[in-house]
Amino acid sequence: MMTLLFHILAVLLMLGGVFFMLVGSIGLNRMPDFYTRSHAAGKVDTLGIMMFLAGMMVFEGWTINSAKLLLIIAFVALTSPVATHALTRRALLIGLKPWYRPKKDRGDSHAMAD
Amino acid sequence: MKTPSGSPIIQVAARGLVPVIQIIGLYVFFHGHYSPGGGFQGGVLLAASILLARLSLGTEVSQLLFPARKTIIFSALGALIFAGTGLAALLAGGHFLNYEFLPLPGLEPAELRNWGILIIESGVTLTVMTSLIAIYDEIIGC
Repeated sequence: MMTLLFHILAVLLMLGGVFFMLVGSIGLNRMPDFYTRSHAAGKVDTLGIMMFLAGMMVFEGWTINSAKLLLIIAFVALTSPVATHALTRRALLIGLKPWYRPKKDRGDSHAMAD
Repeated sequence: MKTPSGSPIIQVAARGLVPVIQIIGLYVFFHGHYSPGGGFQGGVLLAASILLARLSLGTEVSQLLFPARKTIIFSALGALIFAGTGLAALLAGGHFLNYEFLPLPGLEPAELRNWGILIIESGVTLTVMTSLIAIYDEIIGC
């Protein structure tokens, strides 16, 4: 009975991770410019991978492999946001302008063309 | 000459991550007998830690970590370890890289194979790590 409960919890966590990865990949295709795309790729991918690995930890139980998966979760949680930060910071320093929604009433003076 | 990154987030993360990546690299190298991994993968991880320091902490700190002028020397040393182990087995009466004939006293043939693989894997690790660092140093010029 407890095994069944743990398996259900693991499957729910993995489904949540798959959902967030799907949302991240859709956002990577649909978003308008570099900053919003890196937001979608970085944050949502981090959450998706962490939830997926948490599901694998619940599936595995109290073993040494579970501890290794916890270390991988800590590594991903530390590195992925820093990588996104480094990419977007360098893009901003080089001079890539963020995207604005084109205004209809005035001529789009500071609207970036795609 | 590369200056350190201006962002404190990148600097703190790199300072914390470089030793962790090096420990993972040593684990992958020493555990390559029983699990996925080995000399090449461990060497790539060790090189990645040094290159992370070069990119984020600047030239001054990372040259203290591993100086650029020593990369070619250690690369040649790793190749010498690999070929020297093979030649030692050849001179002791076996085929090239036949670890059973290595002149190490007081070891069973199975233990000799174990230690022989570890010795040539250390040579591979040294060569891969220093070669990757040397390629990067040629590109950026530090």
